[in-house]
Parts: sequence; structure tokens; C-alpha cells
Amino acid sequence: MVLNFALKVHDCDNVATVFSNGVEKKASVEVYDKKGNKSVVTVHEPVPFGHKVAVEPIACGARIIKYGEEIGVATQNIDRGDYVHVHNLDSMRGRGDL
Amino acid sequence: MNFMGYMRPDGKVGARNHVAIIPSVVCANDVAQAIVRQVQGTVGYFHHQGCCQLPPDLERVTDTLCGLGCSPNVGAVLVVSLGCEGTDHKRLVETVAKTGKPVKAVNIQELGGASRAIAAGIDAAQELVIRISGLQRQPVNMSNVVMSIKCGASDATSGMASNCVIGYVADKLVDLGATVVFGETTEFIGAEHILARRAATPEVGKRIFEIVERMEMRAKSLGCDMRKGQPTPGNIEGGLSSIEEKSLGAIMKSGSRAIQGVLEYPDMITDQKGLWIKDTPGREPEILTGMACTGAQCMLFSTGRGAPQGFPSMPVIKVCGNPNTYERMQHDMDLNAGVIINGEKSIEQVGEEAFAKLLSVLSGEMTKNEAISYFNSIDIHTLGPVI
Repeated sequence: MVLNFALKVHDCDNVATVFSNGVEKKASVEVYDKKGNKSVVTVHEPVPFGHKVAVEPIACGARIIKYGEEIGVATQNIDRGDYVHVHNLDSMRGRGDL
Repeated sequence: MNFMGYMRPDGKVGARNHVAIIPSVVCANDVAQAIVRQVQGTVGYFHHQGCCQLPPDLERVTDTLCGLGCSPNVGAVLVVSLGCEGTDHKRLVETVAKTGKPVKAVNIQELGGASRAIAAGIDAAQELVIRISGLQRQPVNMSNVVMSIKCGASDATSGMASNCVIGYVADKLVDLGATVVFGETTEFIGAEHILARRAATPEVGKRIFEIVERMEMRAKSLGCDMRKGQPTPGNIEGGLSSIEEKSLGAIMKSGSRAIQGVLEYPDMITDQKGLWIKDTPGREPEILTGMACTGAQCMLFSTGRGAPQGFPSMPVIKVCGNPNTYERMQHDMDLNAGVIINGEKSIEQVGEEAFAKLLSVLSGEMTKNEAISYFNSIDIHTLGPVI
């Protein structure tokens, strides 16, 4: 089976970005870090090219980390392998209450 | 670690040895162009400023031209002046002369028109080129490097591939005692709080918030809210989930070291080391001029869709994050960082390749845009109206 490719640029990141087309539910994705070390994640739903998959469980209200910094908070519990985007991530900026 | 550079009388080190032909005002461009076309070893800055502007802008233009003339990649300067311009062409000549580099001037109105100014300018430039052309490169420590950073024509690969590669090189240079300057204040919006955490002092952090607010206020004065609607529907479709994520992707090219301070657009680097911000717009003709006037000998430029142009006196190395773009535009792209997103090489491996390329270019190897003179569309960033 051909493995798909995702990139995690910082050791602290809990999401990786998928750079393969046609990543479907139950597909295996090889996650590379900046040194080239690999781990494998099975995705629970389709993840489009350039979109993110969780590489660790993220509790509702916890920070979603990419580039070693917070890009938002989880609005529900997220499992390793879940697709992460605007449906389960809320920006911490520009919401009018911050 | 060393590179091969040109020692200047003021102690700075150049990666190029150009004679700069500097029009003090847009109306002198045609004369300056004729001189550049005729005389080998010259470069020109064909900007569109220098007259009928408010005094702060005229001062800003003069300061920027001074910075370009003082840049260590320039070995000698010929100022082409009209005579009645709003910039201070005398201060320009005096400022460059203080570096100890040869400087000459021609004045179109005093000489009696274009053809006479072109003839006098060719004679003057010929003399300057001959005078500096025998200068030899010498080994100099990497701590003399001032590297600038920019991204343009970005796509989904930029934040993850090419910007991370440039960030790797930026960290390595800072650790070697060199200077790194990045700008594009518009791209800080939404992540300025994260950037401010990297400030060396609380004052620097405050300045970062100030330049973002100042830039947003300029947009607001024209009725535009730059924060609203970010990330755009197109960004969301491409996979960006928040404004923080969008801005962090851009900021990654600055690496991870502490930010030492904020420079204004026309400021030159004197002896500052480490990572610095320069308050610039993102548009290429203006930011490239701003970075060259800082005294940067080189620029690392990240792109995904393929931004081809460079700058007359500052080699610009194009690092392409998208493998398909690299394949199609190999004659404009200097380094393929697209191998990262197809899993062939790691960020660190390509980071080392980019560092090696930087060293070669600093020591004399031409970039793709330099070799084909794809660098003439430049300008100076001004703030007020043309009057």
C-alpha cells in the first residue's frame, strides 16, 4: 500500500499538514519531522492536500499547536488521526472578545 | 566560517562590486538608464520618487538613496541629479563620500540637458568602474553578513517548506554572529502577540505591536479593515484554519531567535547583530529596495507560485517550496525546497543546501535573476500623497 505524506515542522506540534492528494478515511499517512524522522498516523476521515491531521489527542479547549505556536483552540475533543480545520478549531484572535 | 567579499573603506564587506548610478529623482531616470546601458559594471535604481511629495517623504527618499549608495555591495557611486528635485542630492553625495568610497555627480540642468549629461555621466562612470574593477575578494568572517528575507507569490507549500528552510538558515546565521533582517509588517497581523514574545526586551515587543497598529491605521484611513475576513475563503479552502496559522506560516522564515529591534524603512544597519525587523510593505519593488538600503548583501526569497525578479545590487536567491513550480520555472528558481513536501529530503537537509548556496552567492556566484538582469522594476516606499 502506498503511504501518504505529511509534515510536522516543530517537535511540539500536535498537528501535521498533509501533502498528498486523495487521502481517504482509514488511509495511513507517514508524518515526517524537520529532521526526516517518520511516524505513521491512520486518518479517521478524508484530509485534503494542504490540510491538517491531529498527531496527538487534543482535549476540547486545549491549544492546537503548529510551528511550535498556538494557531487556535480545540472546540471539541480531537483524536489522533482526526481532520483538524475550522469545524473543530477556533481562532484565538479577531473574535471580538479578545 | 568565511565567505569571499570586498573590503570597503568604512569596514563593511560587499558581496558585489558594482558602480551604482543613482537618479536623485524620477525625472533623471532616462539619463541614468543611458549611462547604465553604456558602461559595464554599473547598476541603476530606476525609482519613481523624489519630487512633488510632502517633506517627510522627500527626506525618506533621500535617506533611502543614501542607504543604497552606502550599501557594501556598491563600490562607487554616480549621482544623476536633475537640479530642481525635491530630494537633497547634495546630502546624498556627502553621505556616500563619508564611507570613503569614490562618488561623483552629474546635474542635467547645469550641464545643459540630457545629451550632455549622458556624455558626462558615461565619462564619470567609466572612470569609477576602472577605479574599482581591480579590487580583489578576500576571506572575511560570516559575522559580516547582513541577510534579508522575503516571501512572495506564496502558496500552500510556502509556510511549510521554503519558509522553514529560510528560518533554518536565519537561525544558523544569527548563531554565527551575523545580522538577519525581515519585514512585511502586514503579515504579522494575527500573530503579532507571538512575534512580540520573541522580542529581546519589552520595549522591542511594544514596537512590534506599534508598527502593526500603524500599518492597520493607514489602511483604516482609506476605509479598509485588514483584519476582517481573515483567513480568506480561499485560504480556508487551501487548509488554513485561522489568522494565526496564516501569519505564523509567513513568520517562520525569520527562524526562532530573539528579535533585537525594529528598523524604520530607510534605516541602515551599522554594527547591529542578530535578528531585526524592518517595517516594510510586502510588495517586492519596495521591500527589496528597503532591504538593500539596510546594507543587506543578499536576500533569501521564498516562493511557491514562482516570483522571478531580483534587485540590481543585491543578489536574491529564490527558494521554491512547490516542486511543480520548480520544475516549470527552473531558470528563475535557485533552490528546490519542493523536495520537502514530497518527502525526499528533510527541512534540515534543504536548510543546509540553502546555506551552502548563500555562501556561494555571497562569494560571487550569480543568482538566476542576476544572470539575466531580471531586476529593474524597483521603487521606494513612501507614505503620503503625490502633490
